[in-house]
Amino acid sequence: MISLRDLRVSYGAREILHGINLDVRRAETLVILGGSGSGKSTLLRTLVGLERPSSGEIWLRGKNLATISDKDLDEIRRKLGMSFQSGALFGSMTVGENVGLPLREHTKLEDSTIEIMTRLKLEQVGLGGFEDYYPSELSGGMKKRAAVARALSMDPEILFFDEPSAGLDPIIAAGIDQLILELKQAFHMTIIVVTHELASAWLIADQMVYIDKGVIIAQGTPAEMKANPLPRVRQFFDRVAEPEVEQEMDYLQMLTAEHRRPVRR
Amino acid sequence: MEVGVRALPVLSVITFFIGLILALQGAYELRKFGAIHFVADAVAISMTRELGPLITAIVVIGRSGSAFAAEIGTMKVNEEIDALETMAISPVQFLVTPKFLAMILMLPCLTIWANFMGILGGSLFGVAQADFSFLGYINATVDALFLRDIITGLIKSVMFGMTITAVGCSEGLNTGVGAESVGKSTTAAVVISIFLVVVVDLVFTSLFFFAGKG
Repeated sequence: MISLRDLRVSYGAREILHGINLDVRRAETLVILGGSGSGKSTLLRTLVGLERPSSGEIWLRGKNLATISDKDLDEIRRKLGMSFQSGALFGSMTVGENVGLPLREHTKLEDSTIEIMTRLKLEQVGLGGFEDYYPSELSGGMKKRAAVARALSMDPEILFFDEPSAGLDPIIAAGIDQLILELKQAFHMTIIVVTHELASAWLIADQMVYIDKGVIIAQGTPAEMKANPLPRVRQFFDRVAEPEVEQEMDYLQMLTAEHRRPVRR
Repeated sequence: MEVGVRALPVLSVITFFIGLILALQGAYELRKFGAIHFVADAVAISMTRELGPLITAIVVIGRSGSAFAAEIGTMKVNEEIDALETMAISPVQFLVTPKFLAMILMLPCLTIWANFMGILGGSLFGVAQADFSFLGYINATVDALFLRDIITGLIKSVMFGMTITAVGCSEGLNTGVGAESVGKSTTAAVVISIFLVVVVDLVFTSLFFFAGKG
């Protein structure tokens, strides 16, 4: 379904992803794990074409996104759905208009048909009856659900989630996990989730990858990952804090400001 | 709608005052030549050819140019622009095109209104100080104006509208990360718009001047 070959992405002179190789099979849920600044969000943005790779290949629906024309990219994007971390709903439109927007822009369906489809999608994410509300009137969890409904509106083959449970309380977050599981079972969609919420990762993943400093250092099923002996991975799973100062030399370097600057994002 | 109708009250007051100021300043000089009755001509021509379009543009920059940058900038920060792109909807087509149309349509309309209010402001002085009757002042204005004066002003206002939209939207789309950068884009939009509007004004005014002579 998706194949990445030696994918490298840079912001300016700074390389964020240093050669990612990854395959995602159809109808599989892949969870991309990693700490803050590991490059996992950049990987997701690259997969939906928001960032262009500096080298390498991204094969998606038989096309290489690295060299694709804007027109072909838009063609592929109609088959992708993306749920953003903040929801990214348009504040000037109602929830229903948000969900119906891709249909309105890309299809010649009648308004009444679009309304029905919008209600259907909202029903699927548990927001039936909320189509006339504005995003500002919804809670955080409802916004996320509405964003998922919008991502679903074009019946995508692949669904992307950026931090679906970030900023939500555990109960609402569990509800979002449940929603992802339902979508997976009902539509056999390929789902790619970026998160650092371990509880939800164990629950929804078929496959997991762990990204650290722009490279994949561990990969496998949840069971394989649990057994992974790499210290960096164990540290993440066991929630161990970064040792404050690892070595005296590092400490000296930090004081003289010659250490590598912490990577943001 | 937002660009046009809501700008009317503030624009009306400002241009009314500007018209009055023009009359006062003009009369100060004209009086020396005993030509105070030319004050109507002075106000009419400077309003329609120059100040009407320019003041309107500056009011609209403050109201709408900044709002464009802030709106699009906030959308950028909230990942809404990214969301449009992943839905295969071009942000330029979806967000910028309607604003262009609104501006190109509304700015000339506002300019006509501004011209009218400025002339009205001038007439206050004309009636009070220059022995005009109100109708006499309006007649003098109509006699002084050529259609060309109004048309050149309106052509300029269309150009101003394009400039303001282009700057406001491009500043918005180039917003960086975080709420602070929205503020920066908004400020930049206003400053750059005012500068470019004056440049465009100069270019077209000289164009009209030399075209008119030739």
